[in-house]
Amino acid sequence: MPVTTVGTTAVHVDAEGFLTDYDEWDEQLGADLAARIGIDLTDAHWRAIRFLRTDYVEQGETATLRRVSMLAGIPIKDLFTLFPGKPAKKMAYIAGLPKPHGCV
Amino acid sequence: MKALFATSIPITPPTAATAAPAPSIVPDFGDGTPTKRKLAIICSKGNLDMAYPGLILANAALGEGIETHLFFTFWGFDIITKSRMSDLKFTMLGNTATHLPQGLGGLPGMTAVATHQMKKQIAEIGVPTVPEFLEQIVDSGGHLWACRMSADMMHLDVADLHGAVEGIISAADFIEKTEGAQILFI
Repeated sequence: MPVTTVGTTAVHVDAEGFLTDYDEWDEQLGADLAARIGIDLTDAHWRAIRFLRTDYVEQGETATLRRVSMLAGIPIKDLFTLFPGKPAKKMAYIAGLPKPHGCV
Repeated sequence: MKALFATSIPITPPTAATAAPAPSIVPDFGDGTPTKRKLAIICSKGNLDMAYPGLILANAALGEGIETHLFFTFWGFDIITKSRMSDLKFTMLGNTATHLPQGLGGLPGMTAVATHQMKKQIAEIGVPTVPEFLEQIVDSGGHLWACRMSADMMHLDVADLHGAVEGIISAADFIEKTEGAQILFI
């Protein structure tokens, strides 16, 4: 498993750069990961990221966009504004989780 | 000048590297090079099980930042017709993939039973109903278009269709709008 340095922390990632160890993440690291892809995290971003982190522990897999929208109560439109382009993957990356595998 | 340089403050010697710096690995979200990829999905079937593939693929493409257009034509018009969209059906008839005797599918009430079962299974895995799915696609930036010929044949106009349908357009209009797109016919 490759190791990369985010900020000052060395973390394990997969070939694409998604963190592979849930416990290596903290909120400072999340902010650093976000900065790497040009996102400045606001409270609205954090609501989604924190939901993803908690939901992952309960479900064992990364929530899809629909799940975030339904359970965290954040409209899909807003998620596309907060994490432009590929929102589900960007959220997973910032939250230090694998890419979501669900279809919807 | 030479003397001035000679007496300049010494530079701190570099510390010996203990390990090679880890290479920076950042996923490519395509932000630097916005995708030119464009997808056009033609939905021509009105069965419940034939409505979902187009919707799911559209949703997946939008999640990847791909401009996506859906064109609803012929039986696929039911997917966006307000009075029909919540009542699409699944029949076992003519579908050998249920692996049940074909005669069963023809029994009275069997289509209702099969439809109920399929809707239940779809809901159980967290996939939305057809009208909700259309909302999600539009909220994700997708475009819905209705076929002019189908609307004329069925005597329907914009008021009869899902509110997010952007217009009733001809086949030629759709081809024009989707120039350069990859096309899926379902």
